[in-house]
Amino acid sequence: MELYAWLFMRVSGIVLLFLALGHLLIMHVIHNVETIDYHFVAHRFMTPFWRTYDLVMLWLALLHGLNGARTLIEDYVGVRGWRVFSLASLYILGFIFLALGSLVILTFQPVGG
Amino acid sequence: MTIKPLEYLTYRGKAGMWAWILHRLTGVGVLMFLLAHILDTAAIGWGPAAYNRMIELYRMPVFRVGEVALAGAVLFHALNGVRIIILDFWPETMTAEKKLFAGVVTLFAVVYLPMAIYMLRFLAH
Repeated sequence: MELYAWLFMRVSGIVLLFLALGHLLIMHVIHNVETIDYHFVAHRFMTPFWRTYDLVMLWLALLHGLNGARTLIEDYVGVRGWRVFSLASLYILGFIFLALGSLVILTFQPVGG
Repeated sequence: MTIKPLEYLTYRGKAGMWAWILHRLTGVGVLMFLLAHILDTAAIGWGPAAYNRMIELYRMPVFRVGEVALAGAVLFHALNGVRIIILDFWPETMTAEKKLFAGVVTLFAVVYLPMAIYMLRFLAH
């Protein structure tokens, strides 16, 4: 199991190297919050390509980050009770954010023009 | 075994130790932003007014500077991640470990400095 977690971090890391750096370049360097608004995102979400891009990136980035946080908890939270509590909180939080993010990307319907 | 915070400062590790510490710190930083970013993007479900108000927040100079720090964290984590993958899958590169870290730092500086200046150009006007 730990081997799969290790492998997942490497594989998702390589994919995220392109997805996250691409996202950073497009949404934070070429475009930025001065021009990004509802209209910009609604237009972007009209193409299935960007929805798929964002959904894949969301899942890989969040699972990569959650697994990283799990490693930190196992490294630094020494008391067993606190460790179990931290891990349980992490998994619940992770599930909620994964569900919320997916819901937003998959169900978004633009309003107005 | 647990390590006290002070021991991180007194333990005289080499490049690998700093790469490891920075990888953890940038990882936590990027994860924190990712969680915030999932929440702010969720505002789009409530329509233009709610989402644009949320973006207005990110237009504040403090967030714009934070965005530059975020870009640096993502870039370092990505480059150092490649270094980890190289060392993991080709253990013989361990002998060139110092050069690999120097490569990460050099590539980071070459990409990040112009990028940071470009992203901070709004401060000039």
